[in-house]
Order: sequence, then C-alpha cells, then structure tokens
Amino acid sequence: MVVMTLEGNEAAAWGARLARPDVIAAYPITPSTHIPERLSEWIADGIMDSEMILTESEHSALSACVGASATGARVFTATASQGLALMHEILHIASGMRLPIVMAIGNRALSAPINIWCDHQDMMSQRDTGWMQFFAESNQEALDLILIAYKVAEDRRVLLPAMVGLDAFTLTHTFEQVDVPEQEEVDRYLPKYRPVHAFLDPERPITQGPLGTPQHYMEFKYAQYEAMNRAKGVIVEAMEEFGRAFGREYAPLVPFSPGGEIVLVTMGSMSGTARVFVRGARQEGESVSHVKVVAFRPFYHSKLAELLAGAKVVAVVERAFSYGSVGPLAQDVAYAMHRYGIKAKLANFIVGLGGRDVTLRDFSEVLETSKRILKGEEDPGVFWLNVAKEEVLKAEEVIWNA
Amino acid sequence: MPEEFEPIAPGHSACAGCGSTQIVRWVLKEAGPNTIVVNATGCLEVFSTTYPYTMWRVPWLHVAFENAAAAASGVEAALKRMGKKAHIIAFGGDGGTADIGFQALSGMVERGHDVLYVMYDNEAYMNTGIQRSSSTPLLAWTTTSPAGKVIPGKQQPKKPVAWIIAAHGAPYVATASIAYLTDLRKKVRTALSIKGPKFIQAIQPCTTGWRFDPSLTVKLARLAVETCYFPLWEMRNGDLRTFRLTYIPKEKKPVEEFLRPQRRFRHVLQNPDLLERIQKWVDENWERMLKLHEAAVNQKL
Repeated sequence: MVVMTLEGNEAAAWGARLARPDVIAAYPITPSTHIPERLSEWIADGIMDSEMILTESEHSALSACVGASATGARVFTATASQGLALMHEILHIASGMRLPIVMAIGNRALSAPINIWCDHQDMMSQRDTGWMQFFAESNQEALDLILIAYKVAEDRRVLLPAMVGLDAFTLTHTFEQVDVPEQEEVDRYLPKYRPVHAFLDPERPITQGPLGTPQHYMEFKYAQYEAMNRAKGVIVEAMEEFGRAFGREYAPLVPFSPGGEIVLVTMGSMSGTARVFVRGARQEGESVSHVKVVAFRPFYHSKLAELLAGAKVVAVVERAFSYGSVGPLAQDVAYAMHRYGIKAKLANFIVGLGGRDVTLRDFSEVLETSKRILKGEEDPGVFWLNVAKEEVLKAEEVIWNA
Repeated sequence: MPEEFEPIAPGHSACAGCGSTQIVRWVLKEAGPNTIVVNATGCLEVFSTTYPYTMWRVPWLHVAFENAAAAASGVEAALKRMGKKAHIIAFGGDGGTADIGFQALSGMVERGHDVLYVMYDNEAYMNTGIQRSSSTPLLAWTTTSPAGKVIPGKQQPKKPVAWIIAAHGAPYVATASIAYLTDLRKKVRTALSIKGPKFIQAIQPCTTGWRFDPSLTVKLARLAVETCYFPLWEMRNGDLRTFRLTYIPKEKKPVEEFLRPQRRFRHVLQNPDLLERIQKWVDENWERMLKLHEAAVNQKL
C-alpha cells in the first residue's frame, strides 16, 4: 500500500489500472476526462498493458467495450453526463448480454442548460438499464469501489455491468490522500477474468445478441432480475472480502449515529457533510441519524428498513429529480418503508443540482423542516432547497402573460 | 477438391430470393472458419438469429444498429490483447453503414482497426419496410419517398459511400456484385490479405423492396453492373493511381434494362424525362470512373 495525493479521477484511473483491463475504450468528457488521459499516459509509458481505443463518441466507446467484453476481455470505460446519456441504448445491451463491464462516472448535470457541475441526474437517468450502480463519497471509495465492482460484475452468480459514480469536481478534481493498494494484493483479490458465457472463439462458435421473440424475451429479462437480486449477497461478500484484504470496511448502506427520530438519507460526496452535520446536531441534543447509500442498484430495501426502524421522519436529500414525481432515491426509500412496515413520514429534499454547493446550512434547513413535519406543523412532500423560487415564478409569469 | 466451408446453415427466414445471404455466404467461404462476424441490426441479423436458432457457423456478435464498426473495433482490440488471430468481418446494410452507422464506420477506419467491413447495399431501410436511405438511388420509390404526383420518388442521388471510405485512406476499398462471384471472392481474398480497415460495398437486389420476381436476384445484380449503374472497382490507400474498374462491360446496356423488372421504378418507366435523368446520372458517374480508370492504368495521374 502506498499513500498518494490523488484527485478523484486519478483515484478512479488507479482503480482501473490495478484491475488490469485488457481493453479500455473511451471518449473524453468533462469532468471525467482525466481518467482516459491518465490511462493513456500509463499505456504510452508502458506502465499499463492494455489496448486503448479512443473512439469518436461515447456511443462507440461503450459499443467497443461490448465488443471486447463479448470477445472475453476485461474492459473499462469512463464517462459523465451527456456521454452517459449518449450510451443509453448500449447500456441496456451490455446488461442484457450479461457483460461484466465496469465504468466510472463523473456525476454531472444534464443539459439544458448545459452545465458541467455535479449532480446525480446522469446516473439516475440510467437507473433502469440493468447496471449495478455505486456512489463514492471520497476518492478512496472511487478507487476501492471500482475493484469491488469488478469482483461482483465478474462473479458467475451475477455477470452484470457496473458503474461507479464520483461527484463532479467535488471528487473528480479535488485532491485527497488515497491508499493505493499494491498490484499483487489486487491480483489476489481480483484474479484474471475467465469468461464462461461470453466469448468469440472460432474453435467454439456461438451466436451473441440474437433476436428474442415474445416467446423468449421475458425469460432473458427475468434472468437479469434474478441476477441483480443475487448481486445483493455477492456485493456484501465482495465488500467483506475487500475489508479483509485491504483493511477498509464497505457496506451497501452505511448508518451513522443510529437511533434518531429523524434519519437523513444521502448518496455521494454530500454524505460527509451530512455526517458532520449530524455529529454537531447530536451534540446540540437533536435526535438525528444518517444513512449513506453506497449501492443504489441493487437497492437494499430490507436492510434500509432495518436501519430506519424507530424513525419518525425520513429525510431523503438528493441531487436528482423525477419530474412529475419525486426524487429517484426517495422512490426507493418509500418502497422500502411501505414494504417493511416503517411508519415514519417521508420528506424529499432536492439539493445541489448543477453543482450548487450542498452545505451545513442546507442540512439545517432539512432538520428544521423535518422537525416541523414531526410536530405535524408541515406536510411532508418535496422541498427544493436553496433555490430562487420566486424569481423563477416571476419569469414564468412573463411568458404566461405574453 | 476438398469440400468447401459452408459458413451458414439452412433454415433462416430471409425472403425467397434475398441477395444478402449470397453476399454473406461467398464472403465467408473465402474467409474460412477462422472468422468472427459482427453484424449491425437489420434484415440479416433478424432473419439469421431468431433465438434459439442461428444460421451462423462462425462466432457472431450483434450489438445494435449504428455500431457494428465500433463493436468490431472492440473485438479486434480484445483479440490482439488475448494473442489470438482471426478475420473480423462486419456486415451492415446501407442504413447501418451509410446513415446511422456512418460515424462509427468513419471512426473505425480512421483508427485503423484490422476489420473487413462489408456493406450489403439493398438501397433502402428494408428491415423496417422499405424507407429511403442515403443509398437509395435517384427517383426510386420507397415508402418515405413515394412516387407522388408532385414529387416522383427520391430527389437525391445515391450517396457514394465507398468513395468516402476510400477518401479516409483505407488500405482497401472495393465494390462487388454476387453476379460476379470470381471478382467478389478475389476482392475478399485481397482485402483479407491486407492489414487494417477494408471496405466492400456489395449491391444487394432486394426482391421485397425493389419489387421484382424472386427468380431475378442474380440477373439484377448482373444488370446493375452491365448497365454501369453499379460499377465494380477497387482502390488502395485512397490513392487514385490505384483505382481500377475490375469489370468493363463490352457493351454498356441502357439503364432501363436494370430498372424495368423493378416496380420501384414503375413511375420512371412511364415517364421518359425521369428515365433520362437516371440515365444521365449513370452516364456521368460511369464516364468519370472510366476516365479515372484509364488515367490510372496509363499512369497519367
């Protein structure tokens, strides 16, 4: 193990490097451009032994990954935002073909208006593509989760692709101390990929990517459903094995200061801010806890319900939204609560879209609102924080009256 | 003589008289069993792989409509890395090649992947039911370029895809027709002997979309060449000095002979002005190629 000072992109690049991918295909996009840059440098210097395909688009980058993975190679790519959206079609194909591709995402807002800064809308918009989805809180987690993602993705009980999100700029361009494992340690944790189901070998010709008629299509989808359910157990195993191998503990859901009447639920880099806030609030006598969601797909509904036992208000604070509904994280939390009989009230706080900072002040507002909900002084629902609501409505009125 | 490799199995669900299976069969016979096929979405992919059946006796991969070239790039990189050698051949229709897949193809050629890309050119989106493509010829009827009272079919000439790929400097670009199998096989053989990106555009008469009797497929593939509507040529490295017509008809037939059996040109055959427009396009195209060929042969370039 070597301690290095790395920005999030470099940490993710190190994760990829240590996983020894056979093929990398990538197209640069802010804020994850430094990942293919760093990998290209290592390959150019002979430090890394991978085939790099610098495609003409993200769509082709993931298509090349699918081609390489279907041939039997371990592959890696990285993208963000518009690039991930451009890959959308092929995301479904990668998971439908059960190809264990791993991808790093610099979580960035989607256009319009065009914006290069952080939110989670890019990965949330790909929620239903059949990829496992992990969110890193720190640069260390970005590196580690990439290794864990490969371990799970290539497990024969799973065979599904995985994406690891790291927040734009807050992580991708921010330097932190990162423990970089030794190659030999990683090789022990993550042995060479040996495909048993997907290969292109003239000695053993198989057909991959056929037409699935109504007579067969649904069975393919059911197989994905079962694989994603099995992934829940495999992820926990892989995280525990990671802890034993590298001394860093991971879990799909991470509780902090449990037992509070109000429980904050977050993902990504704002989880650190949330914990700082909860620690301070506890000292001031507030009854507040926190749960960090690391694995969003698969979602650990029953485990979350366990962590929410005894809560009176669950405050889901998230950097994405489903227009005409509620935030995507809140939807899953609501299902977990309903399914496992958690009687608490659910409030959804929308923060930090397009890179607006998520600060202790936001969490104070979350707590104050949650307390009013607890007392019955306010209806739970969707709350957009730190946004100039009146100005927006005034501007809209200009159009209504035109 | 040893029994020749049969790359495709019977029982697929192509239309009777479909030319694409002939293109695939003869390309793969030449390539042999040590070949991996990447297929764009389209007729060929659909009729050949209705799960749980497959027509393919070689490893075969289909990903999507517009990315056969990108997927083939990934296959090539993986093989290289795994230390394995096999021919990689991508098949795409004119939609998957000239239109929606054009960017991916350009990228693959520019990056120099060792792949033979074969375009089976049936001159419209046949899989979705005969809609115009950029490779649809001038004035042809399709469901989205109907022969209307005001607008008589497609208003633009056929996109010169093979020329554009040649302009990339691709090591080998050629056109081919299943009516000229010796020429087609020779071109495949040449292509596979060259490292890097290769492109062959094969004209594919489509009985359903061109609207002709299924017994006439090969005849139309021949008439396309005999009328100089679809000249057979090859070129290396985008170098005009290497340009060669590989077949020059002794007697150039009027394009009407190619158009007459096809009901997609019925409105053209009823209107001498329209017929003249197509003949003019054919003549100009052929003259240009013939001049280039002669200049190249006589080393006047």
